[in-house]
Amino acid sequence: MSTTHPTNTSASALRNLSLWFAVSALLCLFIIDIDISTTDPWAELGLMTAGALSPSVWSWPTLISSLANTFAFALQGVTFGAIGGFCLALGYRFTLVRAFCAFIRSIHELFWALLFMQVAGLSSLTGLLAIAIPYAGTLAKIYGELFEEVDPAAANNLPRSGRNLSYFFYTVLPLAWRSMASYTSYRVECAIRSSAILGFVGLPTLGFHLETALSDGNYSEAAAFFYALLLLIGSLRLWLHLRLLPVYLIAVFYYLPPQATISWQLLVRFVSEDIVPTPLRGQSLYSGETLNSVGHWFNLLWQQQIWPGLINTLLLGQISLVFTGLLALALLPLNSSLFISRGRFMGRGRLLSGWTRGAGDSILILLRSLPEYLLAFVGLLILGPSMLPAILALGIHNGAIIGHLLGRYTDEINLRVDASRGATLYFYEVLPRIYRQFLAFLFYRWEVILRETAILGILGIATLGFYIDSAFETFRFDVALLLILVSAALNMAVDQFARYLRRRLQLKTTPESL
Amino acid sequence: MRIQPVRNLVTLTLLFIISISSASSFGISTVAAVVSASAVDADAASAKTFVFTAIPDQDEANLQERFNKVADYLQGQLGVEVRYIPVKSYAAAVTAFRNNQVQLAWFGGLSGVQARRLVPGSQAIAQGYEDQFFSSYFIAHHSSGVETSASFPQAMAAKTFTFGSKGSTSGRLMPEYYIRQYLGDTPDKLFSKVGYSGDHSRTIALVQSGAYQIGAVNYKVWDSQLAAGKIDTSKVKVIWQTPTYPDYQWTVRGDVNESWGADFQARLSRALLDMDDADLLASFPRSAFVSATNTLYQPIVDTAIAIGLIDADQ
Repeated sequence: MSTTHPTNTSASALRNLSLWFAVSALLCLFIIDIDISTTDPWAELGLMTAGALSPSVWSWPTLISSLANTFAFALQGVTFGAIGGFCLALGYRFTLVRAFCAFIRSIHELFWALLFMQVAGLSSLTGLLAIAIPYAGTLAKIYGELFEEVDPAAANNLPRSGRNLSYFFYTVLPLAWRSMASYTSYRVECAIRSSAILGFVGLPTLGFHLETALSDGNYSEAAAFFYALLLLIGSLRLWLHLRLLPVYLIAVFYYLPPQATISWQLLVRFVSEDIVPTPLRGQSLYSGETLNSVGHWFNLLWQQQIWPGLINTLLLGQISLVFTGLLALALLPLNSSLFISRGRFMGRGRLLSGWTRGAGDSILILLRSLPEYLLAFVGLLILGPSMLPAILALGIHNGAIIGHLLGRYTDEINLRVDASRGATLYFYEVLPRIYRQFLAFLFYRWEVILRETAILGILGIATLGFYIDSAFETFRFDVALLLILVSAALNMAVDQFARYLRRRLQLKTTPESL
Repeated sequence: MRIQPVRNLVTLTLLFIISISSASSFGISTVAAVVSASAVDADAASAKTFVFTAIPDQDEANLQERFNKVADYLQGQLGVEVRYIPVKSYAAAVTAFRNNQVQLAWFGGLSGVQARRLVPGSQAIAQGYEDQFFSSYFIAHHSSGVETSASFPQAMAAKTFTFGSKGSTSGRLMPEYYIRQYLGDTPDKLFSKVGYSGDHSRTIALVQSGAYQIGAVNYKVWDSQLAAGKIDTSKVKVIWQTPTYPDYQWTVRGDVNESWGADFQARLSRALLDMDDADLLASFPRSAFVSATNTLYQPIVDTAIAIGLIDADQ
């Protein structure tokens, strides 16, 4: 469709890119299996609905303490993640640093937790590190890119010599600070979700009891834990203020000091035995026979797990990415003052529009807080086993996140007084202005989506994460580590590709001055 | 114990390199000897309380309540402090056992075998009366058209199929073994789709809803849910029962006598075998405990090797 345009404008580049992504997703749709094989899901769905409508708290102390643990892990994780991320961001222009950041964030929180559990047990340190490490990688990327994109005017007024740290602190940091703070506060919300999910592998957060209740079919109890999570996330903006942060920090470190009894023996065994490829254990590296058996070991893994895992992860990731994008575009008005307060509630005063906007964002909070795992289970009940529930689960979760961010972003747009309304406003004013930003957010989520394909084993979709989980289940840590490295490599490649696209299309991640 | 980060990181990196090249086993033993001296106090500190766990196979919400009663009973019988810690997965139970965070565990057949391979010297000491002849049910949704039969229902090929947890004996290992034996291929080739529901209750829910046409489930979980009226037999029914195999058992680490006295393991076995309070036994749920040995579980080991869940030469 771009052929009708005589000039090679930046808009046509964006259109072309979107077209290619959509075409590739459609092609993937032909390859994968999206059969619907539904029979009678209604009995189970009825139980779930009844449970959702009648939440019951089975034990208040358990609920309160798991709520506190969830918050404590999240805040500690983000704090250490932000410090680590800031330090890494200072060197973000070096490819090696970027690759390192992409590596640490490519490993799902659950797998970090499973790794640390082998040496530090189920301890508060395990929970802290499982969040802090991948978050440091993510925040380093965000901070690093913010630093790259600050208005160079301030720096251009300085002499070009002496570009040192004080130069950075006076010309770059102040300009990036607001966006950094805003994004970091958003990461607290993500960290609370991550922290809750860590309960799935045994840490005492909300997810522990939520998963337990779901697997037993106690939907009323599950609802209580889920509503508690929603309430925690939804009320963050009411009580998590910057000036109160020191109080909360002291409180969480006092309540849940990061500690673990690390046994040297376990650590030594882990690095010198567990993660050493099986054919290498106790063998001499330089004998031809060992090399042969390592080759055989790797070859078998490649055929049975790595290659099919890579293909499935990429296919699922690609379709989910496009679905996420479509959903985000559809959902963004829910969190945008341009649409909510300009709708039929216009003129009824700010209170009402604030309220409807709150309701709109609540829907997004609900959608993005539903664990993908739960979405996949419901999808599985309704649609039967295929990639479809996985695409829905990943799309709904990530679409709601991008929709929320985009909605917030539209608030920065200054419209003319006589701007149009409704669909015209959306398609002709807002969408063109936010499209670069939209693609930038979507590329961020690309790697997240790839990482999240890991936890959909219930659907029997053999992604890399599925095989990593299987390797942990059978105590083959060498295989788990190899697969983790493969998925990290995939993530780094995607990150590099997204960076290339961003550069080419000059997608800005900071709000444009309009 | 406190870790001095940099020095330790260097040591660990060195260790990893040494063990990969593994040119000298001397290298490992020297470093290991140096560090093991400091690891002793950590072990001594945890040695006061005797800790056990149980795999979370069903009714997870009440695990704590159920097993606290067992802890109280053992504490009374053994005269040492006994504590139960809940875990979230089969693998977590084995890892805790391997790392000496628990010294005793109520394992399934496969998890017990995995644990005893990872902890040399550990012993299966007691199993439930029912575990001598445990079995799995294959269950089917009515729309699948597969009917109940005494012989293996060949008609289940090409349907959609769900196992329970990946590490479950009754929900994965034995069903997969019989599928391979009777249908002559691996599940992912035989069935149109293969899922892992995560646990037995969910397997039943998924097959009952028709999301998967066939499933494999622990017979005791099925029976107890059927008795509790949670199963709609017009939608889902048992189509085949596997031959019997040994399943759940208590496994204890081989080094408990060093920490709690020379006859500790014998006293522990006796306490478990003597458990006759119906309320306590209902926690498992079993009618009684009988003695067990490691060799009793050889069929499980062979099966796990046959389907590639554990490696043959460890």
